[in-house]
Amino acid sequence: MNLDLILGILQIVLIATTPLVFAGIGELVTEKSGVLNLGVEGMMLVGAVSAFIILVITGSYFLAFFVSILSGIIMSGLFAFLVLFLMSNQIATGLALTIFGIGLSSMLGKQYIGTPIDGLSPWFFVIFSFLIVFLVSYFFYKTKAGLILRAVGESHNSAHALGYSVIKIRFLSILFGGSMCALAGSYISICYAPMWQEGMTAGRGWIALALVVFATWKPERVLIGAYIFGGVTILQMNLQALGLRFPGQFFSMAPYVATIIVLVLISSNKLRIKLSAPASLTIPFYKGR
Amino acid sequence: MIRIITFLSTFLVIAFGSAYAEPKKVGFIYIGPPGDHGWTYMHDVGRKYMESQLGDSITTTYLENIPENADAVRAIRKLADSGHDLIFTTSFNYMDQTHEVAKDFPDIKFEHATGYIQADNVATYSARFYEGRMIEGHIAGHMTKTNTIGYIASFPIPEVVRGINAFYLAASKVNPDIKMKIIWVFTWYDPGKEADAANTLINQGADIIVQHTDTYAPCQAAQKAGVYAFGQASNQEEFCPDAHLTSIEDIWGPYYAERAKAVVDGTWSSGDTWDGMDKGMVVMSPYNTKLMPASLIQEAVNMEVGIKDGTIHPFTGPIYNQAGELVVPEGEVAPDGMLLGMNFYVQGIDGEVPQ
Repeated sequence: MNLDLILGILQIVLIATTPLVFAGIGELVTEKSGVLNLGVEGMMLVGAVSAFIILVITGSYFLAFFVSILSGIIMSGLFAFLVLFLMSNQIATGLALTIFGIGLSSMLGKQYIGTPIDGLSPWFFVIFSFLIVFLVSYFFYKTKAGLILRAVGESHNSAHALGYSVIKIRFLSILFGGSMCALAGSYISICYAPMWQEGMTAGRGWIALALVVFATWKPERVLIGAYIFGGVTILQMNLQALGLRFPGQFFSMAPYVATIIVLVLISSNKLRIKLSAPASLTIPFYKGR
Repeated sequence: MIRIITFLSTFLVIAFGSAYAEPKKVGFIYIGPPGDHGWTYMHDVGRKYMESQLGDSITTTYLENIPENADAVRAIRKLADSGHDLIFTTSFNYMDQTHEVAKDFPDIKFEHATGYIQADNVATYSARFYEGRMIEGHIAGHMTKTNTIGYIASFPIPEVVRGINAFYLAASKVNPDIKMKIIWVFTWYDPGKEADAANTLINQGADIIVQHTDTYAPCQAAQKAGVYAFGQASNQEEFCPDAHLTSIEDIWGPYYAERAKAVVDGTWSSGDTWDGMDKGMVVMSPYNTKLMPASLIQEAVNMEVGIKDGTIHPFTGPIYNQAGELVVPEGEVAPDGMLLGMNFYVQGIDGEVPQ
């Protein structure tokens, strides 16, 4: 093992893990406010396709990411409207959002499949993904607004009694989650694998959802979890390429097994998970009760 | 007079009746979207070719993104129920589902791609892609400078293993020092993961990337890193012009047209078709003249000719397995039965086929 090889592996891990960090941290903020949005995969796909289409039409990377984030805000805004104002079930609505997103992105992107584009260097986004995790962490634990957001997620009735607008705070948290998911999607279609293909996020949205639980709703742990997942995936590829005689299926399974093992380890300490899981998660808020 | 009119009208009814005979309905089940620029894309190109050849005597339908599970039964049955006369199911794992539906519709003809079980109304067909792998291997053996080839494999099925072996046999013949690095990604379709695998192989010193997955992400990664690559299923040169040496193209059109014509004529019968370059089912994309020396292109073209006329076979003995046992004796070629069930690496490839 020489230094170049290790640096190379590190690069690939960073590039591959970044979309998980974005989607994971976005979902974490949403869940911290007490809302579970299972539409991550759908929002990522719509974000990916809208960035790609805008880039093909205008040639501007800035506009591509801008519109992509806008699409994430629209998608999550739709979800927020349904669950916050019409009180629809969060789990069912989130699943519907994913199915909707898969269909919508396929339809929008139909004529753009196979259009060649120039990919963008991923490094800005890699650095930004670290930054955003620390910003969210700072926001949660060092600012009053962060404390209020967490309070809404823990007990919306208490927060409401104290005079905070539960609906508004949840709405904004959902929009933040949606824009981060869209950013993750556009990173995939513009930087990571510069192309548009139907369903190209290939389940990363679901991994991001698992990461939030894996991280026991702590921002830095989302980062750690994402890098364990990404690292194991890339490491198994390297071991295969080095010709190590191990069953490939085992390696493909390894990241998921690692996730489950850590989940079990964390969950075995009930107090620890209780301390950080938002108590009002998935519970709808009725004003005036 | 009346007699003549009667005669004429009868004649007209018969003439127009046959001219306006109900067109035969041909249905397709696709595993992916027709725009994947890979496997499904080429089946759709074949479908359009068939339409252009047979004109008004057929109409076609396709259902895309059909998963290889119980959903496939529903999709195939839907086509059967809606009066289709001929149904192509274009992925290996539609096998059981195709037979399940075919049993209930004995009058409808079914064609199952890459399968190996036939019935009275179920034919199977596939292409000898490994012939193209041999040419790729030969080119790679000449073009590599690091003597390291990176191979991205999908699932350990005979089709994929056969490709790896055909590639390695040809590559090691021109360059005995060649080393193959193989990554099994256990997916046909995940652009991100395919790019990761390509970058990992390049990072470990591979300067030629071969893929048996469905998107052009590996070729793009090769382009970015400044190494060479072979495309998959369709000509992918436009996505990676400075990396793309050639691709193996799957040409289904003539077969589809022939089979649909047989249904129109009422001469369809079940059978098993496994055609290669000789019948034009496997075609090499134009060789990249910017990257490859003219002499090498000529060698590749000569190989194509040899494969077509049967003087060259990718699996010509002596071939040894990894344990050093002779599996194909000198001067013989591997029988189709061995090729269809191939689940071992030939001597010289490191690692094991995942079981």
